[in-house]
Amino acid sequence: MTESIVRFDGVSATYGRILALENVSLDLPANGFVGIVGPSGSGKTTLLRVLLGVMHASHGKVTRKSGLRLGYVPQVESVDWNFPVTVAEVVGMTRSAGRWWPRTTDQERNEIETVLCQLGLEGLGERHIRELSGGQQQRVFIARALFHKPDLLVLDEPTSGVDVSTRHEILHLLVDLHESGVAIVLSTHDLNGLASHLPRIICVNKGVIADGPPLAVINPEVLERTYGAPMQVLEHGGMPIVVDQLEHTISHRLRGSGK
Amino acid sequence: MIALDLLEPYKYEFFRNGLLVAVIAGALCGLLGVFVVLRGMSYIGHGLSHAVFGGAAASAVMKVNYFLGAGIWGIVSGVLIGRISRKRVIGADAAIGVVTTGSFAVGLMLLNRYGQAKRSIEAVLFGSVLGVQTADIVAVSAVAIGVLAIIVLGYRRLLYATFDPEVARISGVRVGAVEVLLMAMLSCTIIVTMRVIGTLLISALLVVPAATTRLMTNSFARMLTIAPIVGAVSSFVGMNLAYHWDTSASGTIIAVGVVAFAVVYAVGGIRSRSRIGHLHV
Repeated sequence: MTESIVRFDGVSATYGRILALENVSLDLPANGFVGIVGPSGSGKTTLLRVLLGVMHASHGKVTRKSGLRLGYVPQVESVDWNFPVTVAEVVGMTRSAGRWWPRTTDQERNEIETVLCQLGLEGLGERHIRELSGGQQQRVFIARALFHKPDLLVLDEPTSGVDVSTRHEILHLLVDLHESGVAIVLSTHDLNGLASHLPRIICVNKGVIADGPPLAVINPEVLERTYGAPMQVLEHGGMPIVVDQLEHTISHRLRGSGK
Repeated sequence: MIALDLLEPYKYEFFRNGLLVAVIAGALCGLLGVFVVLRGMSYIGHGLSHAVFGGAAASAVMKVNYFLGAGIWGIVSGVLIGRISRKRVIGADAAIGVVTTGSFAVGLMLLNRYGQAKRSIEAVLFGSVLGVQTADIVAVSAVAIGVLAIIVLGYRRLLYATFDPEVARISGVRVGAVEVLLMAMLSCTIIVTMRVIGTLLISALLVVPAATTRLMTNSFARMLTIAPIVGAVSSFVGMNLAYHWDTSASGTIIAVGVVAFAVVYAVGGIRSRSRIGHLHV
């Protein structure tokens, strides 16, 4: 059995009096590749925050493997793209704690170039972050997380607001990273474009609704309990495809009004 | 003849002292202003200078050393402002407004009731190069050296915590401590420069050189190098013009800074214009 690197035992978390996460128990293995899905306000981000240790559980226990190194990739929407930093400066940031020498050392410069090459960003180190394409920008923040040499990479909505080709690019990159031995946990709203491709999905709405491979988890019953809305699930090429019934109804009405 | 005219103010010790303090203050405010501008804290700088006014008045009335009284008051206000800024219940701007204007009002009342009100208030509001003493030169130099040392040694953490505080925290940077340190540096800077620049115009000296520099470079490290130069040059030119034109020293320093901003903005063209729309000033 694969070793667990993070374990939640009956974890609850609150913002003041508002309960954001209730009695969550789960295991993340060292070779895991897990997607957290759920509607807005369901506790996905809270779960990631508790996992990362920036938020404490109000009940229950979070156990992390001793010496576990975490890499975090925030939503790109939260980034200030006008901030005056270069790609290399962003990547080097994760080695800030406890460093008194302000300049990047030659060794760090080489390591930054290596991680940029690994992510297909070679030669872009001196560019301002706003001068890159959407896919390259997302890669810069993944590079920053990887520069910390993490055992577990945590990504918050990595495909939010990106086009289809960028989404494919990010998914390929994450698969490559997983195959190189990095455990990955990500939150996503994207059921068809991202979650259904992953080996394991956890459906969350305050608590864990279902946990398992996409074909076992993505079904109308689980989705209705998770999202509170009726959805149909089709199967194509061994993968589940979610059809939003409400949108289906609206499109019928719109087509009807166009007559 | 023109050269002699230009050198005339340097015959006077009060001018030399005032110029020295103003140039160091310009460089210091330019340096810290980088953080003020990039963190969208210009209102905090403005509020803090008003809050320190209360401490200055209280120390004058209680006959406590100005730097000690205003220093304690300023740092406490700064930390308080930093904490309130993170709360969202009534909105940070309203909360900061309450604290700083409250402090300003207390200072005004104390000077009205116990002090030589008019002279003291004008000196604190608009600053006075005539009043610069050796203690001011020592204080502003000491704070400048301290701030420079902290920014050099804490450069990486300051950059990370300014750009992305949440991820910096995850990477082990003590973001809360960085914020307290920044507020303490701001408070100390305002305290030692207030007697020359004045309460009303300190926030401008914190914002204008850094905003001008932002138009000139896309590098954080270069901003930290150029902004103090812009601040120091504005102070130097402003002080000299103020002597020859017989205008307010602090007002002229800021006016020179604003002219420099306008020139850089105009020269920068379309590229600069697209950037200025996103400045947090």
